[in-house]
Amino acid sequence: MLEIKNLHARIVDDGTEIIRGLNLTVRAGEVAAIMGPNGSGKSTLSYILAGREDYEVTEGDILYNGESILEMDPAERATSGIFLAFQYPMEIPGVATMEFLKVAMNEQRKARGEEPLKIPEFLKRVKDAAASLNMDMAMLKRPLNVGFSGGEKKRAEILQMKLLEPKLCVLDETDSGLDIDALKIVADGVNALRSPDRAIVVITHYQRLLQYIVPDTVHVLYRGQVIKSGDKSLALDLEANGYAGVIGQAA
Amino acid sequence: MPAVQDTIDRVRKIDVDQYKYGFQTEIAMDKAPKGLSEDIIRFISAKKDEPSWMLEWRLGAYRRWVTLDEPKWARVHYPKIDFQDLHYYAAPKSTPGPTSLSDVDPELLRVYEKLGIPLKEQEILAGVQKTDVSEFEEASDNVYKSGRVAVDAVFDSVSVVTTFKKELAQAGVIFCSISEAIREHPELVKKYLGSVVPTSDNFYATLNSAVFTDGSFVFVPKGVRCPMELSTYFRMNEKNTGQFERTLIIAEEGAYVSYLEGCTAPQRDENQLHAAVVELIALDDAEIKYSTVQNWYPGDAEGKGGIYNFVTKRGDCRGDRSKISWTQVETGSAITWKYPSCILRGDDSSGEFYSIAVSNGYQQVDSGTKMIHLGKNTSSRIISKGIAAGFSQNTYRGQVSAHRKATNARNFTNCDSLLIGDQCGAHTVPYMEAKNATAQFEHEATTSKISEDQKFYVMQRGIPEEEAIALIVNGFVKDVIQQLPMEFAVEAQKLIGISLEGSVG
Ligand SMILES: Nc1ncnc2c1ncn2[C@@H]1O[C@H](COP(=O)(O)OP(=O)(O)OP(=O)(O)O)[C@@H](O)[C@H]1O
Ligand SMILES: [Mg+2]
Repeated sequence: MLEIKNLHARIVDDGTEIIRGLNLTVRAGEVAAIMGPNGSGKSTLSYILAGREDYEVTEGDILYNGESILEMDPAERATSGIFLAFQYPMEIPGVATMEFLKVAMNEQRKARGEEPLKIPEFLKRVKDAAASLNMDMAMLKRPLNVGFSGGEKKRAEILQMKLLEPKLCVLDETDSGLDIDALKIVADGVNALRSPDRAIVVITHYQRLLQYIVPDTVHVLYRGQVIKSGDKSLALDLEANGYAGVIGQAA
Repeated sequence: MPAVQDTIDRVRKIDVDQYKYGFQTEIAMDKAPKGLSEDIIRFISAKKDEPSWMLEWRLGAYRRWVTLDEPKWARVHYPKIDFQDLHYYAAPKSTPGPTSLSDVDPELLRVYEKLGIPLKEQEILAGVQKTDVSEFEEASDNVYKSGRVAVDAVFDSVSVVTTFKKELAQAGVIFCSISEAIREHPELVKKYLGSVVPTSDNFYATLNSAVFTDGSFVFVPKGVRCPMELSTYFRMNEKNTGQFERTLIIAEEGAYVSYLEGCTAPQRDENQLHAAVVELIALDDAEIKYSTVQNWYPGDAEGKGGIYNFVTKRGDCRGDRSKISWTQVETGSAITWKYPSCILRGDDSSGEFYSIAVSNGYQQVDSGTKMIHLGKNTSSRIISKGIAAGFSQNTYRGQVSAHRKATNARNFTNCDSLLIGDQCGAHTVPYMEAKNATAQFEHEATTSKISEDQKFYVMQRGIPEEEAIALIVNGFVKDVIQQLPMEFAVEAQKLIGISLEGSVG
């Protein structure tokens, strides 16, 4: 489903190369975990997947369902099924969460040539999704992410993901800031989305999340490259021994 | 207002120019020759069948006006206007009392059609006289099913029709054109006209006093709550005709009225001057809410040909505990010079100003408000949201003052500016002056750029760039949108989206 080939990308403003020859393949139905030290380029990779303009791809390609997405803008990528749960979700003052959900869902439907959702159907979907994430409907009347606690923001990201039903989900440190109960609720939410036609990429620092969302593959990102890939035992190994061993091997 | 809603939907589909109301009609005009003189004023007054006191009032204003110079302090630039090169009177040819749409000037109907106005409503706007009153009422019901709105349509200078008169009359509310009011209710007009904006007020208001050709008149008697929103839906239509509206709204003791003003205009090559005057008078315990959505032609992509809008709007909280509230959404015009103000004369009176001013292309907006605190315990609130895109300049200019006797005057001002792109400018010019030590004035101001982070986040959810910007901007102006009546709120949000089209990319 996702094939990243020898990707090189740099910051447009100052030319600093952040992604340096990265290769990664994620198949449909797979849950892939990406780990790696701070500043190794995990978030940058997620932004590049989503089409952020601050980064420029200088070499390599990103194939999604066999086709390059490099020429697509962020909205086109999103409507084609790529979803990014942000490490730091943005606040959108004055736009009620509910309103935002409606616009996003209907814009995606429009792009697919579908009718906008009828209000009762929309409300039903939102209520069900919010209930499954233990979110209060009252919160959805508030402007999106404005004044939400760290954990509430992460939950709101998963809520959007559930409602938009993407095919490629990228979760950037969705576990950080969540309390123990919330972690379980969010993990259940993600697990519910596991399906043979969907790929999930989980960026995290902690094995704890991977106990709930058990990955099929684990990849270590370091200085803009995947330096080691393995199965879920790799995450356990990292938890026990840190990154030093893996980095040493690669060097 | 479904008419305006339809118009917007339709306009979205026509992709000709940045501004899409680009058409012009040729209705045989009954108009004054170009230029301004005492004779022209006599011509206007005679055309309107005015009493002699009205003519004298106009002539007084004209004699004053010739001694005045155009104000220069606003942050707007435009070629010098040749006031002798304008027509000061134009009326659509009237076939008095058409009985069906087939009797109405087909050109007029074509304009309505281009605007996407439904047939039933066209009948009302065109003044078709139904012999069967119930049929007429049924038609009106269909048209205004979204809410109760009475329309006073001004086609260029003469009011073409007034609807809902009967029901309003039952409530004792007078809603008619100012010309009709001068003829039918001279005692009210004499008492209130020019009592808020005197003929000597400023260059444009003085000009307006001399030559105004139409506008609305509203009188809500003591204790009456006007049973519906009142609305003027007008367009400017003849080439090079200065549009000089005069609106006078009076709410007697304990009365309440909400008035909506909204308009679109056809595209044209030469600049079109608009200098309206609006006067509001609220007596004891009365409340007037005045909402405007302004979407006049802003000029082409190079900034040529747009409308010059020099407006004087002022409300007088003449009675104790009275309240006047201005809400405006300004998206059009090449130049906007507009400061809806409140004079807080009565004790415990309050004034509000909620404003959204969107500028794109080469538009220049210099707008704001004045809150003049004269009475005791008066309060005012100013919320201004300026959005500048393209090469536009957007200035908020506000004045809050407390008179020596205005104990406990309170003001809260919040003005936020949002910039889209880096070729535009936003400016805030607040003046505050308290001559009474008990005054409490608070002022907050922010200027921000639309953030790439926010835009990226919104687009990541599948919302295309222009919609993403419209969404963020509509969030930014939310506090003001909420002040608008429902019908207008939805319309205004769409209009803001349309106005910002082409601001990116
Ligand atoms: N726009 C930018 N301007 C300057 N530096 C940037 C920019 N974007 C990323 N970087 C740098 O690129 C490197 C990778 O950052 P990135 O956020 O991708 O790391 P990360 O792996 O997600 O780290 P963390 O685990 O702390 O979230 C960092 O050194 C960061 O400072
Ligand atoms: Mg990160």
